[in-house]
Amino acid sequence: MWRFLWRSCAQIAFVALGITLINFFLLRLAPGDAAQALAGQSGAATPEYMAALRRQLGLDQALYVQFFLYAKKLLTFDLGFSFHFGLPVAELIWQRLPATLLLMGSAIAFALFLGCLLGFFAALCSGKIVDVLFSVFTLLIYATPAFWVGMMLILVFSVRLDLLPIGGMITVEKNLIGFAYIKDVLAHLVLPAVTLGLYYFAVYTRLTRAEMLALSGREFVRTARAKGVRAWRIAWRHIFRNALLPVVTTLGVQLGSILGGAVLVETVFSWPGMGRMAMSSLLQRDTNLLLGILFCSSLMVVFINIVVDLVYMRLDPRIRPE
Amino acid sequence: MSDKKAFFRLGFKQIRVFAGVAAAVIFGVGTAFAGTPRPGGTLSAILNPEPVTLTPVVNMAQPTQVVAGNVFDGLVYYDRDLTPKPALAESWEVSPDGLRIVFRLRKGVKWHDGKPFTAADVKWSLENLWKTIHPRNKPLFESVESVETPDEHTVILSLSKPSLPILSVINGVGSVILPKHLYDGTDLLNNPYNNQPVGTGPFVFKEWKRGEYVLLEKNPDYWDKGKPYLDRIVFRVIPDASARAAALEKGEVQYAPYNPVPFRDVDRLTRLPHLKVETRGYEWLSPLLYMDFNLANPYLKDVRVRRAIAHAVDLAALAKIVWFGYALPAISPVPSTLPTFFNPDVPRYAYDLKKAEALLDEAGFKRGADGTRFTITHDFLPYGDDYLHTGEFLKQALKRVGIEVTIRTQDSAAFIKRVYADADFDTNNTYNNAFPDPQIGVVRAYWSGWFKTGTAWTNASGYKNAEVDSLIESTGVEGNPEKRIANLKRFQEIILRDLPSLPLLELHFFTIHSANLQDVVVQGDQVYSSLKHLWFSEDPAQK
Repeated sequence: MWRFLWRSCAQIAFVALGITLINFFLLRLAPGDAAQALAGQSGAATPEYMAALRRQLGLDQALYVQFFLYAKKLLTFDLGFSFHFGLPVAELIWQRLPATLLLMGSAIAFALFLGCLLGFFAALCSGKIVDVLFSVFTLLIYATPAFWVGMMLILVFSVRLDLLPIGGMITVEKNLIGFAYIKDVLAHLVLPAVTLGLYYFAVYTRLTRAEMLALSGREFVRTARAKGVRAWRIAWRHIFRNALLPVVTTLGVQLGSILGGAVLVETVFSWPGMGRMAMSSLLQRDTNLLLGILFCSSLMVVFINIVVDLVYMRLDPRIRPE
Repeated sequence: MSDKKAFFRLGFKQIRVFAGVAAAVIFGVGTAFAGTPRPGGTLSAILNPEPVTLTPVVNMAQPTQVVAGNVFDGLVYYDRDLTPKPALAESWEVSPDGLRIVFRLRKGVKWHDGKPFTAADVKWSLENLWKTIHPRNKPLFESVESVETPDEHTVILSLSKPSLPILSVINGVGSVILPKHLYDGTDLLNNPYNNQPVGTGPFVFKEWKRGEYVLLEKNPDYWDKGKPYLDRIVFRVIPDASARAAALEKGEVQYAPYNPVPFRDVDRLTRLPHLKVETRGYEWLSPLLYMDFNLANPYLKDVRVRRAIAHAVDLAALAKIVWFGYALPAISPVPSTLPTFFNPDVPRYAYDLKKAEALLDEAGFKRGADGTRFTITHDFLPYGDDYLHTGEFLKQALKRVGIEVTIRTQDSAAFIKRVYADADFDTNNTYNNAFPDPQIGVVRAYWSGWFKTGTAWTNASGYKNAEVDSLIESTGVEGNPEKRIANLKRFQEIILRDLPSLPLLELHFFTIHSANLQDVVVQGDQVYSSLKHLWFSEDPAQK
C-alpha cells in the first residue's frame, strides 16, 4: 500500500514536470504576447508603454531564461503573478477551485448515481420495451451537444417555467446568509450540474447495462444461481458490483474531459469556475495563470486517478498493489 | 418601420400606465408618475466581458469604463451634444492663445475614504498618468509644461503649445482622477486600489467577486445632493450571449449596455413589453467601422484598385444585412456625429459594379480564365460575429468584381500582432472610437509615425503622405479652432482621395434596458458615465 502511494507520488512529480515543460513552450507558440493582448484591450497603447510592460512581465528575456525562472518558482509552489487580473495565480485558483469542484463533483455524482441505476434496471429488463426506451433516450443524450442542452434547460426551466435562476452561483441582489444561502447556491447548481453530467450519465447507463448483460452469462453467476441465491441478490451483489469496475475505470479516464467540458458549461451558466478562467487567460496570453490552472488541473486528475485506483481495490478484492 | 416599432412601444407603455393607474385606483396604492424620480432599488446590470481592472489607468477597455464611470467623477461630463458640463470642475477658462487652461474645482467633495478631494489630486493625476503613460491622453497632454495649484480648488495648466482636444477627454473615464494619497509613490500599474477603486463618484465600490459580479453601493455623501437614486448596482458577468438574452427576457437584469445580445435577438427582445432598446448615449464614442488596405500589397498599392473596391461594396446593404440597421454608411473617416469636424464634401464612391470592373481593368488586373482577377486575404476584428459577417459580406461583394477573398480567423492578440506589428495582412475590418475630436480617435490611423509600431488601432495600411502628416501634426498644436476645423476637413478630402483605408459604417451601439427604468440616457457619454440619474418607476421584477 505505501509503496503504491510512493510510486503515485513519483508519478505526480513526473507528470507535473512534463506538463509544465510542454505547456510552457506550447503556449509561447501562439502569436502575440501578453503586452499585445493588454494593448488590444486598452484600445490604445504607446510603444514606450508596451516596452515597459514587457520588461515588467519579464517578456524581454530569452525563452529558456523565462522557463528556468518559472520552474524555479514552481519548486517553491509559487505559481507567479497574473498580469491580467493583477493578483497572484495561487489566490485566483484558490478563489475558483471550490466552484469548480462543486460543479464537477455534483455532475459526476449525478452521472454515476443515476447512470448506474438506470443501467442496472435497463439490464434487468433487457429486451423489453422499457429497455428499448432507455436505450433510445440515452443515445439521444449521448448525441446532443452540452451547450445546446444547457441553453434549452435555461429556456425551459428558467425563462418559461421560472423555477431556477439563469446563471451565476448566488443571487447577489438578495444578501442571503445561512441556510437560505445554501439553498440559493443549490438552485443555481442544478442546471449546470445536470448539463455537465448528462453526457456521462448516458455513457454510464450504457456501460453498466452492457457490462451487466455480459457478466450475467459468466460462470460465477451460474454458480450463484445453482446455489439458489435469489435473483435480486445475484443482480446486485454479484453482477452489478463487478459491472462497476469498467465504470470506475472510464470515470478515471474521463475526468480530464469533464474538466474540459466544464469550460462550455461554465460559460453558458456564468458559473465562476476554473474552466472559464482558463479560456480567458488563453485569450489574454496570461501564461502564468494558464500554466497555473493547467498545472493544478493535471495534479487534480492524477490525484483523482489515484483515488480511483484505491476504489478499485475496494470493489475488487483480487486487485492488490504489488 | 422604426416608427411603427416606436408606436407599438408607446402603446405598451400607455397600457402599462393605464394598468398602473387602474391598480392605484382599485387598491388605493400610490404609483410613481414619470418625471418624479423615486429613490431606491437594486439595479442588476450586465458586464461583458469581465473587466481586467476597475480603474482606467492604462486599460481603456469597455467593461472597465462602464464600472469606473460610476465610481469616478471627471472634471466634466458631456452633454447630449458633446459640450462639456461641470462635474468636479465648476468652471474653466481657456486663454485666447490656448496656452493656459484654468479649472476651478467644486468645494467640499470627498473621496470615498473620507479624505477631501483637492487640486493636488488633479495635478498628481495629470503629471503621473495623463501625460506620461495614458495610452490615449499622452499625446494630448504632452504639451502641458507645468501645473500650478495656487489654492486647493484651482488648477492652472500652462502649455508650450495649444492642445484643444484636452477639453474633449476630461470626463471620469477619459482622464481618471486618482486619489493622490493612495497612489503617490506607488507603482501605478500594480497599485491594489486599481481593483478596489476609491473615487469621488455617486457609487462606492463594495466587492468584486471575480467571474461573478462587481457590487457598487450608493455614495451617501455624494456632492450632487439627492443623487444617485439607486441603492445598489450589481454588475453581473454573463459570458454567454444566449444566457444574456435569457437574463434580460426574464428580467433578472435590467440594464445591459454595449450590444449585450446578437442583433438577431434584439428584435425579439424589444417586442417584449418589459424591455426597451436604446442607441443614444454613445455619442461621445462615435464608433466607425473601416477597412484598412495594406499598401505594400502588389494589387492594393494601386489607388485604382482601392477605389474599385470602394465602388464594389454596397454600404447600405452592409448596414442593413450584417448590422441589422444599427449602422449608417460612412462617408468620411470622421463620423457625421462630430458635426463640427465632419466634411461631407469629400470624394464619394457610389456602389457601382461597372465602374469597379472598369477601374480594375484599367489597373491591368484582368479577369483570368476562372473569372478571378487576384486573391487577397481578409482579417476581421475578433470581437464577435458581426465583424466576421462583415468580412463575409466583403468577400461576396468583391467576388462579384473578380476579387477572391480568403477570410482568416485569429484571437485579438494575434490580430493586433499581425495587423499593427507585422503588417502581415492584405485587408481587414475593425473599428475605432472617434471621440468628440478627430485628433483623439481618427488621425491615429493615418499618421505615418504609427506604422508597424505594434500599437493597436493606429496606421495599419503603411500610408505615408507628407501633407497628411503635417496636417495632423499642426492641428494637434493649433490654438485656433477655425484653423483646426479647416485642417481636419482638408485631411478628410485627402484620405478619401488616396483611400489607404475605406470608411465602412458609423456603428450605432445599443443598450437594452427594462421599461420601468427611467432616465437611462441623459448624457452624450452616458454608457461610460455614471447611472446616477436612473430610477425605477416601479419595483424591478426580481424573480
